[in-house]
Amino acid sequence: MSIDKDKIKHVSKLARISVDEKKIEHLTKDLSSIFKFIEQLNELNTDKVEPLSSILNEPLRSRKDEINDGKIRDKILENSPKKNEEFFVVPKVIE
Amino acid sequence: MVGKVMTREKGKYLIEGEKGKWEVVIGLEVHAQVSSNSKLFSGSSTKFGAEPNTQVSLVDSAFPGMLPVINEFCVQQAIKTGLGLNAKINSYSVFDRKNYFYADLPQGYQISQYKNPIVGEGKITLDLPNGTKTIGIERLHLEQDAGKSIHDLDPSNTYVDLNRSGVALMEIVSKPDLSSPDEVNAYIKKLRSIMKYLGTCDGNMQEGSLRADVNVSVRKEGNKELGTRCEIKNVNSIKFMQMAIIYEAQRQVELLEAGKSIDQETRLFDTKKNETRSMRSKEDAHDYRYFPDPDLLPLNLNKELIENIKKNLPELPDQKKERFINDYSLTAYEANVLVSEKEISDYFEEVVKTSDIKLAKNWIIGDLFALLNEKNISISQSPVTAKKMSQLIDSISSGVISGRTAKEVFEIMKESGEDPNKIIERKGLQQKSDPKELEKIIEKILTENNDKVEQYKSGKDKLFGFFVGQVMKISGGKANPQLVNQILKNKLKK
Repeated sequence: MSIDKDKIKHVSKLARISVDEKKIEHLTKDLSSIFKFIEQLNELNTDKVEPLSSILNEPLRSRKDEINDGKIRDKILENSPKKNEEFFVVPKVIE
Repeated sequence: MVGKVMTREKGKYLIEGEKGKWEVVIGLEVHAQVSSNSKLFSGSSTKFGAEPNTQVSLVDSAFPGMLPVINEFCVQQAIKTGLGLNAKINSYSVFDRKNYFYADLPQGYQISQYKNPIVGEGKITLDLPNGTKTIGIERLHLEQDAGKSIHDLDPSNTYVDLNRSGVALMEIVSKPDLSSPDEVNAYIKKLRSIMKYLGTCDGNMQEGSLRADVNVSVRKEGNKELGTRCEIKNVNSIKFMQMAIIYEAQRQVELLEAGKSIDQETRLFDTKKNETRSMRSKEDAHDYRYFPDPDLLPLNLNKELIENIKKNLPELPDQKKERFINDYSLTAYEANVLVSEKEISDYFEEVVKTSDIKLAKNWIIGDLFALLNEKNISISQSPVTAKKMSQLIDSISSGVISGRTAKEVFEIMKESGEDPNKIIERKGLQQKSDPKELEKIIEKILTENNDKVEQYKSGKDKLFGFFVGQVMKISGGKANPQLVNQILKNKLKK
């Protein structure tokens, strides 16, 4: 996989990370060499290997359908940069 | 919009363009809220209508280090729904992260199922005016709901309520087998009915328990290839779905006939303007970068669990319909109507437990449904309960009142919910069913109208109605009609 400038811009936009235009050149080179290193793994033949979703070999733990959480509005809102008594307040987002 | 012409040839829905006829191809992604007490991955309540942000845990608001733990009941509900859709249950499924940024999605991703959903292919049978049609189900998967953004409380800010955040949803994806707004209506209703029978989703569209994304494309009549589709996001009523489809299909036909192409894109339906428009902000959003959620292990279901749920499935609409046709000699139409909602079928069965079947079906499908429509209420809110309906029907079967008087009694019950027997008693509506009393009245009428009796005997049959009318007039409409007919026939023979 080749990493070019557009890819860097696209990925940074998706991740909401602003990237300084001056640094893009450097980042492109850096990421390309990282990818090149990782892509060595592609040399292995994995045709008959199931993709691994987890390294833990145990069943998914579950819980009963009981209400035992919530009702902590003040705590939830406490760290919000902007709020009122009831809601998180964010810049207007409307289609 | 010009040329808005639709035809329904042999039940087929076509758009008549300037350059030929076009078919509409529709697929639905229904988001159904799982009926559960607590959320999919946390112990906060799912109850509708609570104070903002009071049903939010640290997991739902995505505080650092919080880990999701799956609600086993939600898993069972998904399996149950899958079985109700005649679908394959996958013993192995995986939870993935679907990444996108939005103010009401605190995690920055939605936990969903992508490559390995819990339920695979199934089907739903629709009863349409010209027969049945099978609609394929592509898959059903479990996912989290997002929070709610409120835009109209403040001119410059959006308020965010996370009460819905993390509530379990089943996304049910149909194959592109639907071909008209009417079929969409039938599909949503059938799907909702199945889930209500199963108790897996309450189907309440006003409260947002059932929403759909609608995929629409068009193609020249008879063409086998699918056209480019547009996805209309988050439509929350059947009526709006139908309006959106009609608009969108027409828009696409116009573009194609003008030699333009359709952009595959996400659109929203503006209910006020009755039009769909592009959601430009979603352009990048299709790059969701799914990957297995490292906080959750794969979900393995054992056969016993699935078998156990299967064994305990309730009777579903299609089975109930068969039984109603066989046990109560109903027509397919009547059975369809009566099983369309579980509450209606329960009402019917309670009435026919003690009362006449034929009267019961006619009164429920006729008068009761008219009442529900008129008052815009559900059958469970009906002032005329199943028990009272039974009493009313019994008073007809036993001859206490005539069918016509019963309508009068029903009018009163409709408003007051009063016991029918009390109304009959209070208003003195009991039929005169004493043959001797009726005979007296009849003899009097015949003597007073001797000339007409002669005319009748010489062949003027129509006069029979006149005599019946006279009896009814004198008895104040309370004479038992069958008895009156019988006595009159006897008297006039002599």
